[in-house]
Amino acid sequence: MANGSVPLRYRISIDRDRCMECGRCVENCPYGTFRWEGDRIVVDSRNCTACHRCIAMCPRDAITLTEHPCDYRTHPVWTRDARESIYNQAKTGKIILAGMGNASPLPPIFDRLLLDACQVTNPSIDPLREPMELRTYIGKKPSRLSFKRGEGGEVELQTELSPNLKLDTPIMIGHMSYGAISLNAQLALAKGAHEAGTFLGTGEGGMHPAIFPYQENMIVQVASGRFGVDVDYLNRGAAIEIKIGQGAKPGIGGHLPGEKVCADVSCTRMIPLGSDAISPAPHHDIYSIEDLAQLVRSLKEATEWKKPVFVKIAAVHNVAAIAAGIARSSADAVVVDGFRGGTGAAPKVFRDHVGIPIEAAVSAVDQKLRAQGVRNEISVIASGGITNAADVTKTIALGADAVYIGTAALVAMGCRVCGNCYRGLCPWGIATQRPDLVARLNPEVQAEHVANLIHAWTMEVSELMGAAGINAIESLRGNRDRLRGYMLDEGMLKVLDVKPVGA
Amino acid sequence: MCGIISVVDRAGNRMDGSKIKHALSLMDERGSGEGAGYAAYGVYPEYADCYALHIFFDNIVETKGVVEALLRTWGTVVHDEEIPTYEQPNLKKIHTPWRYFFKPDVALMSGTSSPEEDIVTYLVMKVNTTVPGALIYSSGKNIGVFKAAGWPEDVADFYRIQDYEGYIWLAHNRYPTNTKGWWGGAHPFNLLDWSVIHNGEITSYGTNRRYIESFGYKCTMFTDTEVVAYLVDLLARKHGLDEEMAVRALAPPFWDEIDVMPEKEATLNRAIRLTYGSAMMNGPFAIVVANHDGIVGFTDRIKLRPLIAAEKGDRLYISSEEAAIRRMEPELDRVWMPRAGEPVIGRVY
Repeated sequence: MANGSVPLRYRISIDRDRCMECGRCVENCPYGTFRWEGDRIVVDSRNCTACHRCIAMCPRDAITLTEHPCDYRTHPVWTRDARESIYNQAKTGKIILAGMGNASPLPPIFDRLLLDACQVTNPSIDPLREPMELRTYIGKKPSRLSFKRGEGGEVELQTELSPNLKLDTPIMIGHMSYGAISLNAQLALAKGAHEAGTFLGTGEGGMHPAIFPYQENMIVQVASGRFGVDVDYLNRGAAIEIKIGQGAKPGIGGHLPGEKVCADVSCTRMIPLGSDAISPAPHHDIYSIEDLAQLVRSLKEATEWKKPVFVKIAAVHNVAAIAAGIARSSADAVVVDGFRGGTGAAPKVFRDHVGIPIEAAVSAVDQKLRAQGVRNEISVIASGGITNAADVTKTIALGADAVYIGTAALVAMGCRVCGNCYRGLCPWGIATQRPDLVARLNPEVQAEHVANLIHAWTMEVSELMGAAGINAIESLRGNRDRLRGYMLDEGMLKVLDVKPVGA
Repeated sequence: MCGIISVVDRAGNRMDGSKIKHALSLMDERGSGEGAGYAAYGVYPEYADCYALHIFFDNIVETKGVVEALLRTWGTVVHDEEIPTYEQPNLKKIHTPWRYFFKPDVALMSGTSSPEEDIVTYLVMKVNTTVPGALIYSSGKNIGVFKAAGWPEDVADFYRIQDYEGYIWLAHNRYPTNTKGWWGGAHPFNLLDWSVIHNGEITSYGTNRRYIESFGYKCTMFTDTEVVAYLVDLLARKHGLDEEMAVRALAPPFWDEIDVMPEKEATLNRAIRLTYGSAMMNGPFAIVVANHDGIVGFTDRIKLRPLIAAEKGDRLYISSEEAAIRRMEPELDRVWMPRAGEPVIGRVY
């Protein structure tokens, strides 16, 4: 006999007094939660994903969503999630897929780090009245400069600098491929990044011609599947990123199901229509650090040493030593993606259990690079679970040059973090290729939202810096003296090299 | 707060310490009687080729032998003596200041182009971090730092500063916040040829410290000022930047200014900011840095601390207050307010 169904995760109810039976909920829900029966709207709550599309579109606020209306007997070990994962796997015998970032209830370290402000002995600086510099350059910097005095006494610089990316803000947008997200979503992100004076990653999905107008703001990705990669693609990007790993699923590859590979996606990725796009777990030409160094050099040769090359790794236990190895290649930046990083689809067991938090990873990487005297050789970009401007500020104070945001940028475009990206039915037109759903996302409007978010966070970072008496982001970077740990254990404080509150 | 004053005689004529004592005492409003100090260049002509190591001993029974054994391991002590002091009603000899005229044995330090300096730097770091009760606070050739916890006039009389003659003087009147008024925390701070006096607070200290420590320096004096001495040592001595370029790295122009510079100058300034971003000092400060070639005074990029400069003949003065300069030299040829971040350079001819 079957095990029967599990309790509802969400219950949708319609206030019949408020409902005007306009049917917007029926039209908007791609999951089939609402349907007409005669002239009455009926609800099947079991289909609900809590994407909130119906709630957002209901003109009468008639829809209510309740989470866990009927729960299991409480148990500290056998949580609802533990039990339901087992029912699921007992039935299917498969690996469980999940979307978005780590959903385990571990406390973010960010929330236990507190920022400093000036009082009396040094004046805080008002960013509205004084210059406040957030301009950030990403790329290799020399460890020292050489000058020569000319005959007239003028100073001549003798050191030549590598190409660097110039950012107006330390906030960049991470890699989300066309395929994983819709073209409208990627277009909105690209326009938003352009308006905000920052950069956006293509992901491993090639670059669609619609994105070409924003190519100067794009970082093109070379990942293990090499999808969409040719020399034209490399030359279009402002920088090139080799993706080794991802915080949401360290150690494994990717899989874009064939259903998502429509004609356009197939052209952009340079793969047959309807075929599964499988990125292997490792790059099969990179089995060691020296192989990586070769690929970095190959990409630089292909683009005549004009483009910075980044290497993205997942924050794993040995992240600091790996980053030090990358710093010794010709790479210009290392991207460290923490275990809270988002994803379109990842095995749940990876998403929730593999990797380490970005706060600890950045601290360890910055410390190791400094100890080995190679910090200037490489920029550090941190990502994975950055939810507000304070997180950005703390990440930089721990030692990062810049951050990538991913989920935050999607939320700016309407994403409700329902975590069903892998189903390809995103009601917000983000993680889907279905034309009617994609059309819901207006790139002009959403580009403005994305740019607004980056502007707002940038202003908040400015204010926090001003309050701390700092007027250039260089002086915040690695300035762990301006952080204090609250309710962090001694071991953690040591890793972060941060004093406890009151000290 | 804190008050600073410095003078260089660019012709190399020596001045005794009596005038600068009066000038510094005039700025007692800026201090709290918990720290004052003087540094003078050219004070030990008879030992000009030796490193003059000034050391505070908590007691001379236990720690002195340890330090001397280290010195003998690394070179020769040509002469040593207790620094003469004269107790004042408000200033007792809590520490015993001693001076060693030391010649490092260059054969002992391999793998460097500056073995003498590297040995002395090593000894300073070693003693200050591993020998409790001993602090090397002055380590240059023909340079002496004289400091203690007290008012400027008491500290001057304690050492009889008028008995010393130098062609560069730096003096500092302290209002402590970061550390209690202990003798080691008083300014000037010195390492090898570099001495620093500083009014302000460096909000970028954490960044600067992490940067400088990656080059092997150790911050041992619990105050943000010592990091300035190490930064200058790194930029000027190890990386060979001249005064102007070093100051440019420590207090660089704003991007808005760089963006409108002619291309060549913009490239130069961009390179400085990119390369030495972690050396940039933020927060309110006015600083004078000296070496045997002269003095450089500069402020933070938005001049949150006062700094004024003046000239009279060969002498160049830099101070927190014009009144203090006029106490040394009432008739001045020229007095001016340097702009934020702009260095005032007084080079010996």
